[in-house]
Amino acid sequence: MRRYISAYFENEENLLRAAKDLKEKQVSIQDVLTPFPIHGLDSILGFKRSNIPTVGFISGAIGCILAFGFQAWAFIVDYPLFIGGKPHFAIPSFIPITFELTVLFASFGMVFAFLIRSKLGPGANNPIHDERITDDRFMIIIDLDEGGNQDEMVKEILAKEEAQEIKVKEIEK
Amino acid sequence: MYVSPIREPLVTGNKTYKKITDEISAPIEGKPGKAWYAGITLTVSALLFGLAMMGYTIWNGIGTWGLNKTIGWGWGITNFVWWVGIGHAGTFISAILLLFRQKWRTSINRSAEAMTLFAVMCAGLFPLIHMGRPLLGFFVFPYPNTRGLWVNFNSPLLWDVFAISTYFTVSLLFWYVGLIPDIGTIRDRIKSKFKKWIYGLLSFGWTGSAKHWQRHESISLILAGLAAPLVLSVHSIVSTDFATSVIPGWHTTIFPPYFVAGAIFSGFAMVLTLLIITRKVLNLENYITVGHIESMNKIIIATGSIVGIAYITELFIAWYSGVEYEQYAFLNRATGPYWWAYWIMMTCNVISPQLLWIKKLRRNLVFTFILSIFINIGMWFERFVIIVTSLHRDYLPSSWSMYEPTIVEVGIFIGTLGLFFTCFLLFIRVFPVIAIAEVKSVLKSSGDKKDKSEKH
Repeated sequence: MRRYISAYFENEENLLRAAKDLKEKQVSIQDVLTPFPIHGLDSILGFKRSNIPTVGFISGAIGCILAFGFQAWAFIVDYPLFIGGKPHFAIPSFIPITFELTVLFASFGMVFAFLIRSKLGPGANNPIHDERITDDRFMIIIDLDEGGNQDEMVKEILAKEEAQEIKVKEIEK
Repeated sequence: MYVSPIREPLVTGNKTYKKITDEISAPIEGKPGKAWYAGITLTVSALLFGLAMMGYTIWNGIGTWGLNKTIGWGWGITNFVWWVGIGHAGTFISAILLLFRQKWRTSINRSAEAMTLFAVMCAGLFPLIHMGRPLLGFFVFPYPNTRGLWVNFNSPLLWDVFAISTYFTVSLLFWYVGLIPDIGTIRDRIKSKFKKWIYGLLSFGWTGSAKHWQRHESISLILAGLAAPLVLSVHSIVSTDFATSVIPGWHTTIFPPYFVAGAIFSGFAMVLTLLIITRKVLNLENYITVGHIESMNKIIIATGSIVGIAYITELFIAWYSGVEYEQYAFLNRATGPYWWAYWIMMTCNVISPQLLWIKKLRRNLVFTFILSIFINIGMWFERFVIIVTSLHRDYLPSSWSMYEPTIVEVGIFIGTLGLFFTCFLLFIRVFPVIAIAEVKSVLKSSGDKKDKSEKH
């Protein structure tokens, strides 16, 4: 049996304080759902830095090498052709396309990484806990132990920060 | 939270998060007014007229245009450069201002970037039609073919293909990633089952989870970092279409920065034209405030002055270079048969934005609106002057000629105006015009002062 507790706040400052208190008490916070990004929340929840910049760098580097390599191959190896007396391996005139494809690959790489890692996409069927969380509610979902030893303490912290609709839910595994 | 004592609020009128959601989603949920129907009737008619003229061109060939052997680029390429330039403001607002942490961008970035997409769509049409046989448009891509040939990677025209298509794609990704949370908001509000399903599909299952937001912030920042040099590269590459040729008046190294400044200048003018109307019609005056208009006017003044200095530098260098042809090209621009175009350009782009040094005019909506139209016209004429006056009298006087457009070319331009405004009118009914989540995130720090004194 899995048990969790959910509650919502009307103010992001209350949410931040409650999340901090809960983390200090070693309570595991399953998720926090908010209508806009709350700064400082990710460090309280102990998130690692996102790897999206790395993905962007790698996919950008692939685009860069592919674009430059392809242009050089086409003009030196596959079909050397004199154009306006320029050298076959005309590095400066390969730069614009190389740059454009670097940006293109990096952008696609990052967007796909973002969507796949977050399990978002057309037809993604993520549960919507409460329709108000995309409006003005800040929802917190907290994992509870099976014995129910933490219930009181968690509820107390939530109530102190004016949390509303504190609900304990149980799911049979 | 730190409250800036000097800056004026970015969101006025004591907003709460709920109010922000309600007011920005109102145009999507309500029924469109008479003005909207009148507007879309007009724009769709313009679009249909343009489509007819495009069909006529494709059926009969480019001979239906006013071009001749001397002037091979006329309205078509002028319109292409003009539209691409207009697109630049959107990316500037959403990417460069994000990197500079300018919070006022939050209420205008969504619509400005939508404008970018529509403008680039209009721009892309022109080279395609100008090919004469658009069905062979795919020839511009390097694909393996039976002739064993590749496209010419040394040609700026080919760089353009890559620059414009990358620009459109990356802008679309950037715009859509930013839209996902807001589509989620609409999904959770809308009553109709069918619309809920559509918005649910489009929202990609957005939940607002903290980890998703962290990634969303990260990707927005890096995409902005990529889009910033991209937007600078696009118009630089467009300018090399001219600058790498040997036509007097085109063959100048000043072109890339001068084109980029002009692009941002004209783009902001178009953003102002659209938003001054939009904020009024959709009742968004509390989000797009006079302060926002003033900030945009300041960018207009900065870029407009760069453009002015570029014009003067061009003139000076033409004289200083001692090159007879270059000198004549500029003399001919100012005093030749197309003198009127040159002086419209000078008046609209150099003189009129200087009026914005006066604070009262910067904050005056009617004045700003009229000025924005002036700049749109002036920047169109800038491209016309660069293209037509340089071409019509170059090295060989026996080839000198004149150019005037036919109704077909004018019609295609009107058609793209129709396409642009039709897309914009549809956009304001379907997606939130203002980035709801972003405005909420600046509400506490930049909202109305009264709001704070009540709460704390």
